[in-house]
Amino acid sequence: MSSEATAINMAARASLWLKPHRIALILIALALVFCAAFFMRWDWLPQYWQMGLLGIWRSLWILVVTCALGFMLAVPLGLAQAGGPFWFAVPAKVFCTIIRGTPLLLQLWLLYYGLGSLFPQYPWIRESWMWTYLRQAWPYGVVALTLSFAGYEGEVMRGAFAGVPKGQLEAARAFGMSRFKIFRRIWLPQAFYRALPTLTGETVLQLKSTPLVATISVIDIFAVSSKVRQDTYLTYEPLLLLALIYMSITGILVLIFSRIEARIPVKIG
Amino acid sequence: MKLIDVFLPASAAGIIELLSPVPPGWGGTLLVGLLHSVEIAIGATCLGLLIGTGGAWGKLYGGPVARDLLAVYTTVVRAVPELVLILLLYYAGTDLINQVLAAMGYRRVDISGLAAGIFVLGVVQGAYSTEVIRGAILSIPQGQIEAARAYGMSPGLMLRRITLPAMLPFAIPGLANLWLIATKDTALLAVVGFFELTLATRQAAGVTKAYLLFFVAAGALYLALSLFSNLIIGRVEAWSRRGMPSIKEAR
Repeated sequence: MSSEATAINMAARASLWLKPHRIALILIALALVFCAAFFMRWDWLPQYWQMGLLGIWRSLWILVVTCALGFMLAVPLGLAQAGGPFWFAVPAKVFCTIIRGTPLLLQLWLLYYGLGSLFPQYPWIRESWMWTYLRQAWPYGVVALTLSFAGYEGEVMRGAFAGVPKGQLEAARAFGMSRFKIFRRIWLPQAFYRALPTLTGETVLQLKSTPLVATISVIDIFAVSSKVRQDTYLTYEPLLLLALIYMSITGILVLIFSRIEARIPVKIG
Repeated sequence: MKLIDVFLPASAAGIIELLSPVPPGWGGTLLVGLLHSVEIAIGATCLGLLIGTGGAWGKLYGGPVARDLLAVYTTVVRAVPELVLILLLYYAGTDLINQVLAAMGYRRVDISGLAAGIFVLGVVQGAYSTEVIRGAILSIPQGQIEAARAYGMSPGLMLRRITLPAMLPFAIPGLANLWLIATKDTALLAVVGFFELTLATRQAAGVTKAYLLFFVAAGALYLALSLFSNLIIGRVEAWSRRGMPSIKEAR
């Protein structure tokens, strides 16, 4: 019964959405896609698709690692600004202001060209185990993207921590919870729920920042598309496919986050 | 190794000489780059505001086709990285103009980097400001717009006299954020080879090998621009909210 009802409901919703002008627009869009498929050159695809998959994998890997590390950094940054003493709050505020006030490309180049040109001058760095990593490009990309995510998300977490009602924390203290337990059980989860909608947007923004690592010779999907353009002298085909790939990843990200958001209790505060 | 060696590796000149604005130093180059960045950011924000106002109007009061096309525009632009959009729009835009010119019997022209940059970033900004302005217009008390209609105002007059001034206090925070994003997005044009602050910095650093010094200096310039903008934005916001209860009191 209920499955029937949902089926009817979905059909009704689909007929509401599929108005005549939408059908016409979709047909035009399909015609455009077919034109693109038949009149543009796609013969380079068999040669490059493996490289492309590797590039997508690398982009996603950078996205996940930098978001996870950045969020771990953002929690103490937000906490320091929301409730920390003066000598924690001011450096956290300065860090967030600097990260948010300068372009990511500049931060990336500062780390890669600036620090990267500095390290080889110290013999003890070149002899240590770190050198195998420091001479590659990707650690600089990961560090720059992590710091950037931490800076933006730290500001979000500050608001989220400050937005948790005082009564919740006082109730926890009245229960005799230790300060760490209050943080772990009450303050952090509620702040996280508050920050979640913004976190979706920040993650999409982070995805859109990952192609910048291609400028420091990390072979992500953007760099693969640039290589195709150089090799085949095609302008539009690789770029259009690249845009489509990024749009699909964005769509999947938004879907995943809306699933997570649907699972958390709605009534907070 | 002393701290000064960190900023000046293997270079005979001192920090002051390297950053001085006259030719042996590179300060002038950086300032010219900053000027170009600001020019593009201002142009792109203005174009974005025009597109955004039109887009918001179309999304709220346009026909069904216009609404759907605008929804596609804002969704696509917000889902694809700016770097990819810049490349796509840069090539597509210059190609289109040249083909139109060729069809009309004119010779091909070289599009100036400034115009191309403003166009590309303006289209990106337009998508974001469409959403900001649409939200702001929706925050206006509906009665004000109904009253304007009841007075028999034409849509243009209503936009100029009622909608735009009334939505301003709701739109300013979002638009200010967009301006800050625009100043930072100009750095992406360095990848296409447009001479703005980040590319100028890279050239100066590449010639003098004082990478850290120049990148920190450019960072300071960007930061100064952001902080200065924040100062102005605060003033503008206070002006646009004149006569309204302050945010603290409203709570």
